[in-house]
Amino acid sequence: MTEMVYGTAPVASGDPVLPRWWRTIDKWSMTCIFLLFGIGLMLGLAASPPLAARNGLEPFHYVIRQSIFGGAAIVAMLITSMMSPILVRRLAVLGFGIALASLALLPFFGTDFGKGATRWYSLGFASVQPSEFLKPGFVVAAAWFMAAGQEIGGPPGKTYSFVLTILIVALLALQPDFGQAALILFAWGVMYFVAGAPMTLLVTLAAGVVLAGTFAYNNSEHFARRIDGFLSADVDPTTQLGYATNAIREGGFFGVGVGEGQVKWSLPDAHTDFIIAVAAEEYGLICVLVIILLYATIVVRSLFRLIRERDTFIRLAGTGLACAFGVQAMINMGVAVRLLPAKGMTLPFVSYGGSSLIAGGITVGMLLAFTRSRPQGEIADVLGRGRGR
Amino acid sequence: MSYDALRRPLRPLARIIRAREQGENPDDIARENLRLRHEKMQKKARDRAESRLLVLGLAFVIAFGTIGARMGILANTDPEEPRAVASGNPIIGQRSDIVDRNGRILATNFDTHSLYAHPDDLIDPANAARELARIFPELEAEKLYADFTGSRKFLWVRRQISPEQMQAVHDIGDPGLLFGPREMRLYPNGPIAAHILGGASYGNEGVSSAEVIGVAGVERHFDEVLRDPANEGRPLALSLDLTVQAALEEVLAGGMTLMNAKGAAAIIMDIDTGEVMAMASLPDFDPNNRPRVLTEGDQSDSPLFNRALQGVYELGSVFKIFTVAQAMDLGLVNPDTMIDTTGPLRVGGFPIRDFRNYGPELSVTDVIVKSSNIGTGRIAMMIGADRQRDFLDSLGLLEPTPIEMTEGRTGQPLLPGNWRELSTITISYGHGISVSPLHLAAAYSSLLNGTRVTPTLLRQQGPVEQGPRIVSAPVADRARDMLAQVVSRGTASFARIEGYTIGGKTGTADKPREAGGGYYDDKVIATFAGMFPAEEPEYVIVVTLDEPVETSGPEPRRTAGWTAVPVAAEMVRRTAPLLGLRPQVELGSLDGVTLTGSRD
Repeated sequence: MTEMVYGTAPVASGDPVLPRWWRTIDKWSMTCIFLLFGIGLMLGLAASPPLAARNGLEPFHYVIRQSIFGGAAIVAMLITSMMSPILVRRLAVLGFGIALASLALLPFFGTDFGKGATRWYSLGFASVQPSEFLKPGFVVAAAWFMAAGQEIGGPPGKTYSFVLTILIVALLALQPDFGQAALILFAWGVMYFVAGAPMTLLVTLAAGVVLAGTFAYNNSEHFARRIDGFLSADVDPTTQLGYATNAIREGGFFGVGVGEGQVKWSLPDAHTDFIIAVAAEEYGLICVLVIILLYATIVVRSLFRLIRERDTFIRLAGTGLACAFGVQAMINMGVAVRLLPAKGMTLPFVSYGGSSLIAGGITVGMLLAFTRSRPQGEIADVLGRGRGR
Repeated sequence: MSYDALRRPLRPLARIIRAREQGENPDDIARENLRLRHEKMQKKARDRAESRLLVLGLAFVIAFGTIGARMGILANTDPEEPRAVASGNPIIGQRSDIVDRNGRILATNFDTHSLYAHPDDLIDPANAARELARIFPELEAEKLYADFTGSRKFLWVRRQISPEQMQAVHDIGDPGLLFGPREMRLYPNGPIAAHILGGASYGNEGVSSAEVIGVAGVERHFDEVLRDPANEGRPLALSLDLTVQAALEEVLAGGMTLMNAKGAAAIIMDIDTGEVMAMASLPDFDPNNRPRVLTEGDQSDSPLFNRALQGVYELGSVFKIFTVAQAMDLGLVNPDTMIDTTGPLRVGGFPIRDFRNYGPELSVTDVIVKSSNIGTGRIAMMIGADRQRDFLDSLGLLEPTPIEMTEGRTGQPLLPGNWRELSTITISYGHGISVSPLHLAAAYSSLLNGTRVTPTLLRQQGPVEQGPRIVSAPVADRARDMLAQVVSRGTASFARIEGYTIGGKTGTADKPREAGGGYYDDKVIATFAGMFPAEEPEYVIVVTLDEPVETSGPEPRRTAGWTAVPVAAEMVRRTAPLLGLRPQVELGSLDGVTLTGSRD
């Protein structure tokens, strides 16, 4: 099957692994990831003690767990980033198969932890959310299909990947987990876009969305009210969103001070979905802007490094991973500032959550592996010819 | 791929043949071509991906920038406190005052506080619930405790509290109990003009303010005007005169008690402008504490029911003047024309009788003065159904009044389904048609003015535009003269009072049975509709009593002359000076009186 992929960089055997890794890795992005992890721990110190108190655990229970999982995540990231793209692809596709199977089996063996959606496997000491691991695997698999589809005589990869996407979206919607479903759909869309979606289709889609939106706004009072309510500055302050908005307002530019925040006491999801509100309240706008800047740096730097990438698979997989990562962060923060409708979505690397952390580590590890600088010259062509088919 | 394949075959025959001839492997050629094609395709895909990745990167920068900007905007605004109703509309605090024609306050705002709770912040919910139930006896401690310990994050305890209650709640000392400033609507005159003002309650409520909205009467009708910030709190001036209104209500209440009536209504209206100077309906209520709407039974039994406006009744003989005035205006009769009053008048087998036999014939004036049904019926037969209907329509008696109250629309006159000869005759003396007392007041104003007068509750500035002509000025004057004679020598003789001359017509109508099928023998609506001063009318007065019985004599008397007229007379005696009318008093001898300032 590897014949379908061209242009992976040749590896001169004998070159020591670590020095080459250090030479070729995107050090800026990696630094940003370490900083995000640090910020996540710092915010966890503030956000999780109320939850620990509610659950009758010692105050820093969740912080300790977060550092353990975070350490594991960082190790996973480092190891993944040292792999070659082909190895990444093989492992990822393998992992994707496992994750897909466990996702499909969730309705039979999963638990919902009383939250109304069956998303987890309980392992006793910890729980695993397969959809978190599914995301990077899916991106790689879909990129692989698409790249194969661009080969001469290759399979209709775009169609295959689309079918796969629909299947996963359906599985996620059944849980229901519309946030992850939207994210999967978005990742596929981005890859399809970069892989060369026809311009007419894009224009038609955009026009269709605008037209349908306008039509719905003008003709459906319900829809219009939803949109107006969403756009208006008022929010019912007794909802999670209201608390989050108020927390951001309380925080102002420099925050109310470490440990002084109130919102973490009211919000059940202060340590996960609304961690940004805790950050905004205690550390102010400054901290939030730093977090945004870190995410933006990772995403934009990765995309710009991929611009020069010759290999279709790496380009697509890297784009998909970077965008899924960035958009997940964006949705999380967009909800808190009410730019987006409420969706439970963690802030990668910052929010508490074992699955989310480790899956995040693997995701950025893959991304780093794909964005490593490698020769982009004719050697691949030479190799490609050498293979024969 | 396909177009490429069409353009250049992978195994071009010429080259293959040449290669075969030279002993080369033709597969190499195919492989070479394949590689070139692949390379070309990859380059194309890469170029396209390059621009699209740039677009993507830019989109991410913009999106992250937007989130950052939004965070900045949010961080720069003040936090909000909880509200019971999240709504997009800002709450406008100041509601305009309502004043009478002289600027005296009828409705104003008063600063008060609401009491609300943040159950999460309560230190001792049990104690708070107990103490609150002690301060507000209408609250139940158990229910409060359940609310305080439930899942609610916010709840209103009381919508408005007094300063004493506020202090008492302060003294509980629980930080979860909070006060929010708000305004309440205050009617300092209590029940005076209650039906006109209506009342107000809260709309959108927040902890820092609450929206006061009108629920009835002018408060409801002018709700948007009163709330419009563009008015800058300018008060709404009604046509009412508070002193006249108060006097009218006092006299009406006294009259209702004295005449054992179950309800009463009265209106004083400016005859030129249609301004309602005073209007009352009894029983009434206190708009500061508006009673609940009846959920069962007859709405007209509720004190909220405005008899002057919503109550449509067969008002009886007060209609006769319309018939006579129309006949005079049409030139069919003049005041001295003799009308045949031999009875009973039979129409379609239905006998029409007079209260008493008035002899074989009466002059038109005496038909009014003695209130002859037969005479009026004969005059109506001269007029005919169509002309009668048009005339009553021109007086505004067939439509709801355009008065500026939401209840005005409900005062829909009840008309005969088939306006035939019998209806024409009964309507000529006020039966078979039901209108509200306000309709009657406006119609009398129109008739005596000669031109259509529109009733209004707003103070009119300057001269009012003349409505369409109803009757000619001489006819209006003759009608006025007849009404004056009703008082001076007719059925309304109790309306002769010292100092003022009154003219008017009585009307006593049997109440129709609710179940249908005829009329009660012992239940009447007694009405007096008139004007004062009789020589140069300035105001129209209508007094209606519901089921009055005057019991001072040996037999119970129910006619308007014995019930409504004395009440109206007292009303004029009390209100005419307040309206600025000089009494015509014959000065007695001035012997022994030294006029100061006079020079002999």
